[in-house]
Amino acid sequence: MDLTLHVWRQKGPKDKGKLATYKATDISPDMSFLEMMDVVNEGLIKQGIEPVAFDHDCREGICGTCSQVINGDPHGPQAKTTVCQLHMRQFKDGDEIYIEPWRSRAFPVIRDLVVDRSAMDRLIQAGGYVSVSTGGVPDANAILIPKDDAETAMDAAECIGCGACVAACPNGSAMLFVASKVGQLAKLPQGRAEAARRVCTMTDAMIEEGFGNCSNHYDCEAACPKGISVKFIAQLNREYIMALPKGYKEKE
Amino acid sequence: MILDGKCPTGPLADKWDNHRQALKLVNPANKRKFKIIVVGTGLAGASAAATLGELGYRVEAFCYQDSPRRAHSIAAQGGINAAKNYPNDGDSIYRLFYDTIKGGDFRAREANVYRLAQISNAIIDQCVAQGVPFARDYAGYLENRSFGGAQVSRTFFARGQTGQQLLLGAYQSLSRQIAAESVKIFPRTEMLDLVLVDGQAKGITVRDLTTGEIRCHAADAVILATGGYVNVFNLSTNAMGCSVTAAWRAHKKGAFFANPCYTQIHPTCIPVSGDHQSKLTLMSESLRNDGRIWVPKKAGDSRLPQNIPENERDYYLERKYPSFGNLAPRDIASRAAKEVCDAGYGIGPGGRGVYLDFGDSIVRLGEDAIRARYGNLFEMYERITDENAYQQPMRIYPAPHYSMGGLWVDYNLQSNIEGLFVLGEANFSDHGANRLGASALMQGLADGYFVIPYTIADYLARTTPGMVSDSHEAFRQSREQVAQQTDRLLSINGRKTASEFHRELGHIMWEQVGMARSASSLSEALKRIPELREEFWLNVRIPGSAQQLNQELEKAGRIADFLEFGELLARDALNREESCGGHFRIEHQTPDGEALRNDADFAHVAAWQYKGADQTPELHKEPLSFENIELAVRSYK
Repeated sequence: MDLTLHVWRQKGPKDKGKLATYKATDISPDMSFLEMMDVVNEGLIKQGIEPVAFDHDCREGICGTCSQVINGDPHGPQAKTTVCQLHMRQFKDGDEIYIEPWRSRAFPVIRDLVVDRSAMDRLIQAGGYVSVSTGGVPDANAILIPKDDAETAMDAAECIGCGACVAACPNGSAMLFVASKVGQLAKLPQGRAEAARRVCTMTDAMIEEGFGNCSNHYDCEAACPKGISVKFIAQLNREYIMALPKGYKEKE
Repeated sequence: MILDGKCPTGPLADKWDNHRQALKLVNPANKRKFKIIVVGTGLAGASAAATLGELGYRVEAFCYQDSPRRAHSIAAQGGINAAKNYPNDGDSIYRLFYDTIKGGDFRAREANVYRLAQISNAIIDQCVAQGVPFARDYAGYLENRSFGGAQVSRTFFARGQTGQQLLLGAYQSLSRQIAAESVKIFPRTEMLDLVLVDGQAKGITVRDLTTGEIRCHAADAVILATGGYVNVFNLSTNAMGCSVTAAWRAHKKGAFFANPCYTQIHPTCIPVSGDHQSKLTLMSESLRNDGRIWVPKKAGDSRLPQNIPENERDYYLERKYPSFGNLAPRDIASRAAKEVCDAGYGIGPGGRGVYLDFGDSIVRLGEDAIRARYGNLFEMYERITDENAYQQPMRIYPAPHYSMGGLWVDYNLQSNIEGLFVLGEANFSDHGANRLGASALMQGLADGYFVIPYTIADYLARTTPGMVSDSHEAFRQSREQVAQQTDRLLSINGRKTASEFHRELGHIMWEQVGMARSASSLSEALKRIPELREEFWLNVRIPGSAQQLNQELEKAGRIADFLEFGELLARDALNREESCGGHFRIEHQTPDGEALRNDADFAHVAAWQYKGADQTPELHKEPLSFENIELAVRSYK
């Protein structure tokens, strides 16, 4: 199939940036979207044009590196699918495709489709862990975890940290990302001890990093390649409210 | 030179305990005076950086990805082994040790592998304490599944995303140390040189991938945890950025490269669909618990799989290996798939595929049970192939997946360069000539959480902290050399892209140095790789400049190293006149086509020393002595 691509080109964080139009010809429906981009880039290099920079690594939908807004949707039209797992059979001959970077105040553009998502790392650094050091822990079966709790924790833990939730949200909120970590660890006895402190420090960091707040659009869940449920945002809010009487906010 | 792995003496079960008692310690007040560089943030790197930070060392951690959480350990699907024996099915530390040695075709060190099996249980405890949501049964206890090469169920798992969950556990521990400022993290930063001062590893030279800045970092010791090298085949299950670069640059500074010919070709990957292919996707080995592998009995049978009656199917793994069946180890299952396809029984495009059929299990257990176990893998398969594996069998074919070879290390995980430690897939030490499923995660975390904290202290305690700074002459030279190579790459301005060279190299490696190797195919590779390398340096085209995010420049640098390393891999394969594990020489096989080892001449580690560009490397040997187990023919029949 032959396609027309409108791709965001931006030389650096301070450059204004603009859409450039390229043809993608002889595209096989079995190609992944990124393999289609590879073909286009090889063509650009041969023409002496700098290829389009985009983030990608594992190409099997788990590392969370790839990050493109395709025709207005983070990760493109297919539900629960990262860009690298999106295949060209989802498109048809003659389609025009608009390709843009994640757009959010907290994610400055580095070049073309590559953005800086280090703010998400700082959210985890703010408390997205169990404060256990290596060694001296009990046997793995010493503390039983009901299967349903382990499953719910795993549902939340599937987050790949790609940032599509932020890119999709009209408020640029990282609430689903934070909620998935808060939700996972609060569900497990090992993480429960710090749950109140964690929800406070992580949500504070969220505001400091320039992420917006949740106003129940649910675009995050729709864009999430792992289909993480917004019910974890409800749990986050509940954890937050329960934490307030414990006074963590005042202690800081 | 005869290399000494410095394995402790004494009874096998006491070696590690006794050795730990003999190692020197660094007292808590002195730890903060030492700076340690950790390159790579996968399971081995992240666990090492976090643990060393917890202990009080000053750590600098580097990764090429935009976040440490994205290292390729994240893609491991099936699970992690441990000798817990929770299912009461006869497992023990000794059995895990024996299975791993046998799985590696008797080409690993006994002492290392025993230590690995001993530590395995503590890893599971640690991960649970971090909040890793392993699968549990209704009573709340941990569940286990079985994996290739073992007759017990010792694999712990978190759905089909075990690597992800373990890595996030390590990443979160690392994040805690970053917040505590004991670890400083440098993402989007690629190591391009190792810096030696007076023969000891004292720092690295890196390129900031965002700005292009080339800079040096000095430290008291350097840890490489930079993963494997099977992207030398171009198409593999590795991430696009995985490379041999850090290990190769260290090799060029004197670190020995051990057993580069030991590469693992994983039997269950989605077949290639066309020339555009950029990577191959693994379907977890755990699928072989419930899937049966077969091909039609008639060569070139073009009927749909559902129209081929039971008695016209050849379940060749069950037929050839009745006791292990579909759970035969990876090297054996891969080679068997290649054999049936070479003989014309293959299915799908180009006859390069075999069926992995869940039909029987769906009848026996119901579709819901299969969905609960493997749902995410079936979804991934459908996204890629547009086929529904609940209704028709999966098509699978082997693909390069893991490298057992790597930089040579002693029992302390220290390379032959003092102060340079190598962990995880980047070293060669624990898997011999073939790695068993669910053992990579175990080794990465064992090295990072429980081995390096002890052994690096022994080295540091013998040195004076902060002896060198990056103003030392050696750093200036390294920086200049790296800048020169970058400029040279950009100035070629030829006609072929870096990816074109990678595809050509991959083709040579797969055809001549792949699943079945011969003296003539290897000689052919040794002729063609230098030719391709020469053409690369005359004809590669890299647009853009060095002072920007330049992904083509990054790629070209990695391919330049693969073009050198591929030759060493082929040379090692030619030198090893035997078949063992993932290394299969067609000249050395039994009458029924099984690998034929030569213990008299090759029960050793082959460690290569770099002798300069276009010079033949020098071979050093570390003899492998087996004090506790008898060398046996590795049979899974």
